[in-house]
Amino acid sequence: MSKGRLGYYNPDKKQENRITDIGPSHFRQFMPPVLRKNYGNWASHRVLDPGLLMHVSETGDKAFTVRVGAPRVMSVEHIREICSIADKYCGGYVRWTTRNNVEFITDKEDTAKALKKDLDSRKHIGGSFKFPSGGTGNSITNIVHTQGWLHCHTPATDASGLVKAVADALFDDFKTMRMPAKLRVSMACCLNMCGAVHCSDIALLGYHRKPPAIDDDAVGKGCEIPLVVAACPLYAIKPVTTAEGKKTVTINQEKCMYCGNCYTMCLGLPLADKEGDGVAILAGGKISNRISGPKFSKVVVPWLPNEMPRWPTVVKTVKQIVEVYAKDANKYERLGDWAERIGWERFFEKCGLEFSWHLLDDYRLAYDTFRTSTQFKYTDHAWAVSKAVGGI
Amino acid sequence: MGIPGKEKMWDKEEKEHRKYDDVRIFTDKDFNNYTEDELKAFKPKHATPMLDELEKGPWPSFVSDLKREALHRHKVGQDNLLIPMEAVDDLLGVVELSYKEGETHWKHGGIVGVLGYGGGVIGRYCDQQQMFPSVAHFHTIRVNQPGAKFYNTDFLRAFCDICEYRGSGITNMHGSTGDMVMLGSTTEQLEPIFFDLTHDLGNDIGGSGSNLRTPSDCIGPGRCEFACYDTLAMCYEMTMAFQDELHRPAFPYKFKFKFDGCPNGCVAAIARSDMAFIGTWKDDIRINQEAIQAYVADKIPRDGGGMAGANWGPFNIQEEIIDRCPTGCMTWDGKKLSINNPECSRCMHCINAMPEALRVGKDTGVSILFGAKAPILEGAQMSVLTVPFMYAKHPFESQQALARKVQDWWIEEGKNRERLGELIQRMGLKTLIEVLGIPAMPQMVKEPRSNPYVFFKESEVPGGWQRDIGDYRSRHPK
Repeated sequence: MSKGRLGYYNPDKKQENRITDIGPSHFRQFMPPVLRKNYGNWASHRVLDPGLLMHVSETGDKAFTVRVGAPRVMSVEHIREICSIADKYCGGYVRWTTRNNVEFITDKEDTAKALKKDLDSRKHIGGSFKFPSGGTGNSITNIVHTQGWLHCHTPATDASGLVKAVADALFDDFKTMRMPAKLRVSMACCLNMCGAVHCSDIALLGYHRKPPAIDDDAVGKGCEIPLVVAACPLYAIKPVTTAEGKKTVTINQEKCMYCGNCYTMCLGLPLADKEGDGVAILAGGKISNRISGPKFSKVVVPWLPNEMPRWPTVVKTVKQIVEVYAKDANKYERLGDWAERIGWERFFEKCGLEFSWHLLDDYRLAYDTFRTSTQFKYTDHAWAVSKAVGGI
Repeated sequence: MGIPGKEKMWDKEEKEHRKYDDVRIFTDKDFNNYTEDELKAFKPKHATPMLDELEKGPWPSFVSDLKREALHRHKVGQDNLLIPMEAVDDLLGVVELSYKEGETHWKHGGIVGVLGYGGGVIGRYCDQQQMFPSVAHFHTIRVNQPGAKFYNTDFLRAFCDICEYRGSGITNMHGSTGDMVMLGSTTEQLEPIFFDLTHDLGNDIGGSGSNLRTPSDCIGPGRCEFACYDTLAMCYEMTMAFQDELHRPAFPYKFKFKFDGCPNGCVAAIARSDMAFIGTWKDDIRINQEAIQAYVADKIPRDGGGMAGANWGPFNIQEEIIDRCPTGCMTWDGKKLSINNPECSRCMHCINAMPEALRVGKDTGVSILFGAKAPILEGAQMSVLTVPFMYAKHPFESQQALARKVQDWWIEEGKNRERLGELIQRMGLKTLIEVLGIPAMPQMVKEPRSNPYVFFKESEVPGGWQRDIGDYRSRHPK
């Protein structure tokens, strides 16, 4: 490749030798030979060990995969180390999964076992594993996440750090497969949800709690006011002209749900605020169609504070939900299916979570989430209501 | 590579193929150029007491990794780097500041990009440029990942060189949508990066803004027995067919294609894509009765061995399979498993639980669903089942035609920043099916509507809506 400031690019002849619209490199050239040979002919698979998969083809050929966890933020030095390992054991082939795990594939079981041992032996100077094997079957696999404070302008919390803290607490469950069913944890650092965490068994969501601060000067100079007004889903923004004749906007703070859509359109309306920002926890979502259909995650904790650097309250709450689920759910039962079976009131009781007014939906179609039946279970939440009306 | 005829450019199995050495930027002396002791003793430019806490614990620490890269950049030296040597030092510094203050220090992007494209690059600037000059400008470049994120090390090492030489050396592997993400470059470096990516790596950049976003797929027939169609080929061909939409913003907002090989949904197409392709079948589940017996006798572990970490007791086919089937379409007489296939809704439970005994059917294709999105703004939506079954055959022209019909409608009717799912919500599913020229089916709904407010079409009502009041009054005097 080129060297020097502009490399092969000639700014005087911008179109010279320009190649466009070539798309991604073709996947087939990057597939290990055993996968190419058996493309479309796979017959079955088995998890031999946490982190070690065996796929068997119609011809009897076998592919062994070692899956390891990885942070999604990754230096080129880390990738080069992955390359050296792939060169040594896998003929120079390696892949990533949708959930940011790295997979090394070989057609030899012995090689796979030696590789797994090697991967599990490598540690960072700080003491953490570089390439812990695991994340297969009913383990808690890698937590997908977003950019957070490392690179994004709208986050209400950090992503990589919070995920690291939670993943440390769930590490034993990355390495074993004791969950009743798959349990997917995902993290998005604001409502935009680049991570689309809204269908995860447990979702961590950065959440602002203060309406935007208004920088009149920046709004007037830098923003398309009609677009900003239209950006608000709750019609809370109005255009105004200040006494000094500046064009800006006002915000009806009672209406604001802190979504940040206006800030995306206009840098004069920042939301980030140390006291305001924190983390919501959602639970019970899934993508798979297995047994029950895909479901959304539901808010079970409206907000917890950002406690840097290791978010102990968030970590504790996640761990609490995971442990109760692991103990209480039937086999094959996803977290959401379990909560529906025992009833959400029982879910809150068993998990020791408060049910406050914040959890009563008041957005669009909220009524659909209200219970319109007399079928319920008695918990302390129910007695509290009975007492409050003087009923008992 | 997308250039026709060069699809095997990096293929190690071919005699003439591109190697890392053909395109490398760094020399061997630039690698393995620090010792473990040096790394232990290394102090990045800014003290990061809070981030240091994230080096503890077993999960791979991104902080330890960033520090390693910071040291490596120092060792390579500014003379061999076009982005400030201290970029990762300053990145650690700015994140530490956010940990202290609880607020981000990144600003909105300006409009930056490469000539002729309107996406793939996201401008990013630090708001504390005096304190952290090396990350003052810190743009993101999304590079279109190869199908199912397969790589060989020649390609990856070349990618690493360009990331480190013309960027910060920090990546996301991968972004949420699927791209390989290079972090931390500057406006000046975008064209040289694009030139090298296209010429030397043979790889294009991905989507951002109101473009088609980089499509992504599951591993499909590459290594999965559940794959009901060739997710990899379809993702590739659809990506190539929609290059213009991927690079040049012409849509009201983002649009995503995702390709799941079966209803297990490993790439979450149903939750994340405006147009979701999910593999399915229309014949019978294949049964190997001998293997069923082996499961019953506990000779094969349930769920492919994926539940081995807890003691779930002996396998009980009646309780675990027959009774859990959501449609109750299976029976077990003690010797033989039977499936009433027309009643099966293909949830995958029995196949997932006994993958060595049960297989997806042979007559396979895709279901197509439209309209998923994350909650901004109208609330989260999942995709709506719209096309129950369609064969998916290379080069996937019928799927392309369907996508274009939907996109044309959305371009015409969609408001600024309105996702397809929101348009379907606003104009009705009935409008979508009109656009597609397909009839309604009960499979499109969970249950029929409970309100009777049907907006009939004038043409459906004999005599139309133009009424003569005189005629009415002739029967009903005032």
